[in-house]
Order: sequence, then structure tokens, then C-alpha cells
Amino acid sequence: MSETAFAMTGGRVSFEGKPVLRGIDLTVRPGEVVALLGANGSGKSTLVRALLGLTPLSGGTTLVYGSPPARFRDWWRIGYVPQRLHVGGGVPASVHEVVASGRIARQSRFRRTSAADRAAVASALEAVRLADREGDPVQSLSGGQQQRVLIARALAGEPDTYVMDEPTAGVDAETQKLLADTLSALVLDGKTVVLVAHELGPLEPIITRGVVIREGRVAHDGRPPRPEGDCARPGHEHQHPHAAVEPGAGPLTGWQGDPR
Amino acid sequence: MIIELLQEELFQLALIAALLVGLCAPAVGTFIVQRRLSLLGDGIGHVALTGVALGFLTGTAPVLTAVIVSVLGAVAIELVRARGRTNGDVALALLFYGGIAGGVMLMGIAPGGSTTKLNSYLFGAIASVTPEDIWIIAALAAAVIAVVVIFGRELFVLCQDEEMARASGLPVRFLSLLIAVTAALTVVIAMRVVGLLLVSALMVIPVATSQQLTRGFRTTMLLAMLFGVLASVGGLLASTYSAKVPPGAAIVLLALAGFVLALGVGRFVRRGRTQESSLSERPKLRVEEVA
Repeated sequence: MSETAFAMTGGRVSFEGKPVLRGIDLTVRPGEVVALLGANGSGKSTLVRALLGLTPLSGGTTLVYGSPPARFRDWWRIGYVPQRLHVGGGVPASVHEVVASGRIARQSRFRRTSAADRAAVASALEAVRLADREGDPVQSLSGGQQQRVLIARALAGEPDTYVMDEPTAGVDAETQKLLADTLSALVLDGKTVVLVAHELGPLEPIITRGVVIREGRVAHDGRPPRPEGDCARPGHEHQHPHAAVEPGAGPLTGWQGDPR
Repeated sequence: MIIELLQEELFQLALIAALLVGLCAPAVGTFIVQRRLSLLGDGIGHVALTGVALGFLTGTAPVLTAVIVSVLGAVAIELVRARGRTNGDVALALLFYGGIAGGVMLMGIAPGGSTTKLNSYLFGAIASVTPEDIWIIAALAAAVIAVVVIFGRELFVLCQDEEMARASGLPVRFLSLLIAVTAALTVVIAMRVVGLLLVSALMVIPVATSQQLTRGFRTTMLLAMLFGVLASVGGLLASTYSAKVPPGAAIVLLALAGFVLALGVGRFVRRGRTQESSLSERPKLRVEEVA
């Protein structure tokens, strides 16, 4: 079995004839912390979904730990954190139930919940500081807290690779800080991380590689780009932690870091 | 009075049927409501009518033909849903109309088919449940409960977030078909008790009632099953005391009354809860991002 988490070669995706990814080559090796960066509509979220096989490729190939997504079996190795928590059709689900569902890829159909399952769920809840809210319905949580539930769900599965789609978009500074701390611990543990972001903010120190997607192509792959250089290009208007900005709630101001 | 009733065989059969329906319909219903497919039961109910009529036409037990046709219908509905086309909506509607019209037409052609018989399937006829019916209903109910117990964990993830289910390596297509087929079996179980036109009510109303009061998925399902049993047995008793009360309608109206009651109680409970949590933290609104 290959230890390369993801290997995409010439990946193409189009929606209704409109190309979104136009030939992406991307290999993610174990222990890397890769940030996929780019403006809205650049294709970075589609790339993440294509890596997981959630969006089919119209050209090229992609492998998850050496297998095409459709034939990949060891899904417990992947912890996916989607952009938003889907709360379904209004039936309440408790924080504990949602986080515990992160164990699903490790649980066989006829096995009851084990002590290991319980311990993993408890420590995931502890890590995102939601242990005291475990009985509450997720529907009653704030956006930042829901994001923490999603992260805890991935943590509970104890995967080798985390795939996070904009984990910090629109969340409060406290959650961003918490995410940075959680990720640092995972990185020390040798875990692999692929995350989509507008800007790096408090995550910057732990990112080992930045991949900038522009119009469905890799525009930069290497050290995380310095905000000054990269963001100086025309049409790039989002705000940075070092800029004195109002702590408002625009879609691009999610990376303000600690407002102190 | 109740003791006397319990000694009557007809009432015993009806009571067993009501209990099984009250348990199964809300259990499956919890997943269906979570999956935003509340009207799935109605759709299958329409299609099942053709199955019932086929039974009369061919001289087979209508419950058996209803199982076959409604399972096929459920699979068709799921395939249309999974393709996710914008005209899927219309395709489903066509299937439903075909089901009702086909049922009425076949029933008219069938030897011994009559509007009275049709009515007993459309609106239920719990008093005419036979021992054979009970055996079939019990077997189907066992299958439905087994699915919920064995696949519950996976179905929870699927109904919560299908994409997450796929990224967890769950057999999404199989599970989607499983939930549709289980719903079809439930429709057939409930057909004799509340009738095809009201089947979905027992899958949806107890869940809607329960979720006013609960905080978790599991408790919602268990409480919904309790409400389902209370409504179906209560409705049966009401119709036993007064011959003028049709049991199917009594069951559904009782369930609705429970919903209205829970709505009031739930609002009261939630207000208390919000005050409690606002003391510790002010809820923040999430900024939805347009990616």
C-alpha cells in the first residue's frame, strides 16, 4: 500500500461543460501540511472534493493512498472536515452523536461501541473544548462551535490524513486559535493535513507547503507565499491580520487572528 | 371493558397490528425526515395501490403484491432522486399518479374488486385484519426493526450528510436503496391500519412531535416510537368504543393533537434552555460563506 496520501495527475473537472480544474498535478506526502490557497472560484474546494472522489474527474487520475477513490477501502485513514455542518431535516442530533459518527469508518456493522470508540470521542470533544456541550443539539450551536464539532468528528476517527475545506471561514478568533493549536499537535504527531484557505492567518507557522490555485491550475507550489508579495497582485483585495481592520463579519475577514 | 376486549380475537389482531405499525413507522420515519424525504411514504403509498389491485386481479394476497410493487416503486424513486436532475420532481409526480390511476383501473377490472375494497386499502380497515395478514405484518416489522438496529449507525451518517457518508467509505448507494426499501415495507405494514393515503402520517407526525422535545437523534427516534404506539393504540381504542369513528383517521388526528401539544411544551422547554445557555455565552451568528 502506498504511503502517499494523495496523488493527482492531470486532474480535470468540469461542471456542465465549464472547466473548473484544468490539469492539476498534486502529490501529498506523509507529514506534509499543505494549504490550498486561491480566490473564490479558483477551484480549490473542487480540488479537495476531487481528491476525495466526491467530485468525479473528467480527465486525469487521482489516487488516495495508492488506490482510485472508488476502489479505496481504508477510509478510516482520511478525516474529512467539510465546509459546513449539515444538520439534515430538522431532527436534532447531539454534539456527542455527531462527533461519535466520526468513528464510522473504523466500526464494523455488527460491533457495538467499544471502549476505544468512547475514549476517542471523549478526547476529541476535550480537544475542541465542547465536552460540556456534548448533550446539546448541534442545531443550537453557533457557527464557530459547529466548526469545532466538525473538527472533533474528524479527530474522533483518528485518521492519518486530515482534509479540511475552509475550516476557518467565518469562525470566531477563539475557534481559529483553537484550530491552530489542534493542528500543531497533529503535526507533531506526524499526521498529514490538506486544508483549503483564503489566507493562512494563525495557521501560517505550521503550514509546510502552499499551493496556490488560479483559474483551475496550480499557480504556485512550494513554500507558503508571503502575503505581501502574493496578495499585492491586482484584484486581490482581502484583508490581513497585520492590517488594522475592523473586526467585522465579511466573508473575507475570517482570518483576522486574535483581535487583541 | 379492556379485559373483555382483549379476549376477542378480532381485537387482539387489530391491537398487534396497531402496535407494530406504531413502532415501525416512526423508527423509519426518523431517518426519512432527517433525509428531507418526508413525502417519500406518500409516494410509495400511491404506488402500492397498484400492487394491491394486482393482488385482486391475480388472486394473490394483496399484501404480498403490495410488497413487491411498492419495493419496486421505492427503488425507482431512489434512482430518480440519486440522479438529482431538476426534472426528477416531475418524474416522481408521474410515478405517483400512475400508481393511483393504475390501482383504480386494475381494481375495476379485477373479479370481485369493488370500491369498498379499494377504500379499505386507501383509508385502512384494521378491524378486517386476518391472522395471515398479521403474520406478514409481523415478519415485515421484524425486518424493518432489524434494518434500524443493524444499519442505524450508518443510516444516521447517510441521512445527516450524504457526502460525509461517502468520504467515510460507506456504501452510499446500497444504504440509500435500503432506506427506500425499508420505507416501502413500512408502508405495506401500515396500509391495513391507517390506509395508503395516511401511511406517511405515522412516519412523519410522531417524529415531528418528538423533535419538539428532544436534543439527540436516538432519543428523538425512541420517543417518536412511543408517540406512534400511543397514537395507533389510542385511535384503535377510540374506534372500538364508537363504531362511527374510523380507526385510521382517529389515529392520525390523535397524532396531530399530540404534535400541537408538543409544540407548546417544546417552545416552553426551549425558552428555558436558551436563557440557561445565554448566561454562559452569547450565541454568535455564523457568517455563511459563498464559495
